[in-house]
Amino acid sequence: MGARPFLILLSALPLSGCSGWQSALDTHGPHADSLARLFWIFLAILSTVWIVTIVMLLLALRRRREPGDDPLMTHPGTERRMTIVVSSAVALTALIVMALTIVSYGAQRVLFASRDGPLTLLVTGQQFWWKVQYEDASPARTFTTANEIHIPVGEKVLIKLESSDVIHSFWVPSLNGKLDAIPGRQNQIEIQADRPGVYRGQCAEFCGWQHAHMGLLVVAETRQDFERWRDGQISAAHIPDDPEEQKGMEIFMTKPCIMCHQIRGTSAGGKVAPDLTHVGSRQYIAAGTLPTTRGNIAAWIVDPQGIKPGVHMPLVQLAPEEIQPLATYLESLK
Amino acid sequence: MKKPIWLLPAALLLLSACEREKREFRPAQVSEETDEKIALSSLSAGPSPPSQQTTGKGKNFEENAYHISEGQKLYTWFNCNGCHSNGGGGSGPALMDDRWIYGGSIEHIVQTIREGRPNGMPSFRGKIPDDQVWQIAAYVRSMGRYTPKAASPARRDDMHPGPAEQRRPPAEMNPGGSIPSSAQMPQ
Ligand code: HEC
Ligand code: HEC
Ligand SMILES: [Cu+2]
Repeated sequence: MGARPFLILLSALPLSGCSGWQSALDTHGPHADSLARLFWIFLAILSTVWIVTIVMLLLALRRRREPGDDPLMTHPGTERRMTIVVSSAVALTALIVMALTIVSYGAQRVLFASRDGPLTLLVTGQQFWWKVQYEDASPARTFTTANEIHIPVGEKVLIKLESSDVIHSFWVPSLNGKLDAIPGRQNQIEIQADRPGVYRGQCAEFCGWQHAHMGLLVVAETRQDFERWRDGQISAAHIPDDPEEQKGMEIFMTKPCIMCHQIRGTSAGGKVAPDLTHVGSRQYIAAGTLPTTRGNIAAWIVDPQGIKPGVHMPLVQLAPEEIQPLATYLESLK
Repeated sequence: MKKPIWLLPAALLLLSACEREKREFRPAQVSEETDEKIALSSLSAGPSPPSQQTTGKGKNFEENAYHISEGQKLYTWFNCNGCHSNGGGGSGPALMDDRWIYGGSIEHIVQTIREGRPNGMPSFRGKIPDDQVWQIAAYVRSMGRYTPKAASPARRDDMHPGPAEQRRPPAEMNPGGSIPSSAQMPQ
């Protein structure tokens, strides 16, 4: 019995990461397509070069000079052949480098083609979540959300990237490459999804304790679905009529929560933490860490530092009987 | 050849003393709000001096770099800079100087933040969790460098209004406690 089955298994492991909702090789938009194409072209050409080089090396090692030959003797025929081989190898190298440069330039033309889309978002990286602001010519149609971006399928979306603290990096592998969010400056990146679907993104620049839990979702949907979603997000939060939810709202409004969080249409006006106006409509809470359920919201409120140690949401003292109504209220904010 | 292997554990031992970076994310006692008894004045009724009672919690906060830097973040999050600027003062008094109307110990500052002060300092009781009040107070003390150099912030996330707290000269502790006449009028 050898180590072979184990090795095969091990080499298959990296491949298993190549499909699914967060993969640079499972592409769903023109930008990621051109990057993946670039990757495969480079991989093919460079591995051919590598294989040819190794084969030549092995041949050279096997066909050693006969011992006893005077090393200083030159044969004009051999010399000529060597000159031809070496100079054509040099020429080929120059040609390949040039060709790859041109291919790479071609991909850049796709990546940086235009700088205006019908939709513009301002995404701000914060420790350890993403603030998302939808811009619009009319101020009444702008709104803020967090960690979940909805885009219409087949349309270019311009993303302006900023950071409020340290360097982060915006990366949705299925849609485009990475781009850093740098404090004090604005970078721009474009994404476009060709098929409806949910694509996961991740902060790709180490930014502190919870860097690994700084994910985001891009939801690509038809124009009608997108408009419906946007109208929902623009509207103010629903005012509860269920007594349990009302109690939860009252608790929220009298606790430190309002110092950090905003719920539009209420007196909660904090702007330094995720906007909770429609938190119940998002698929995940805490930047892709927990699916949005009443239980998870309660778990988060009771112990944010246990779920994401070092996160900038402190533990707020609550009485045991306050937790259930609070979680019910937040979940109802669809 | 013998290698001084024992040096390794010795070096590790040194590192274990690095309390300045210790991060306590969860408050020690979830249900308790610290309740210190601080005197604002050395005068007291009766023959004995005013009764004081501190928990010693302040020391953990003002000697810890993590708590102070969290306080620095919260100082702008909760808009203290709206009234006190970056410590130089505005509609509220300067916080980086050595004049303390209501005392400059961390317990005094915690009390100022929690209860508010009559001439325009709002009370943050119930609006900021207890540990966060202590973090902010620790940061306020670092502005005038009442905190150890090693624990004071070395950089801030936004534009620098002046040298980092760590590079400011250390201040003498002002015993604080009595209210000067300047505090009788709004500043
Ligand atoms: C000091 C500021 C602060 C206070 C006070 C605060 N939070 Fe938060 N909260 C945050 C931050 C920052 C996050 C983002 C955490 C992350 O994902 O990194 C957050 C995240 C959340 C989320 C998840 C939102 C999402 O979409 O991911 C919920 C729900 C939430 N807080 C509820 C509350 C409730 C309820 C209270 C009061 C009991 C409260 N928060 C008090 C700062 C605060
Ligand atoms: C609305 C404006 C305002 C805000 C916001 C505000 N302060 Fe004040 N603060 C004042 C005023 C005015 C005074 C002077 C009060 C007095 O003299 O009675 C003061 C006094 C103080 C003092 C006492 C100074 C001394 O010399 O003893 C401290 C410490 C302080 N504030 C810290 C803070 C912190 C920390 C925050 C944020 C959590 C904050 N303040 C937010 C206006 C404000
Ligand atoms: Cu990160």
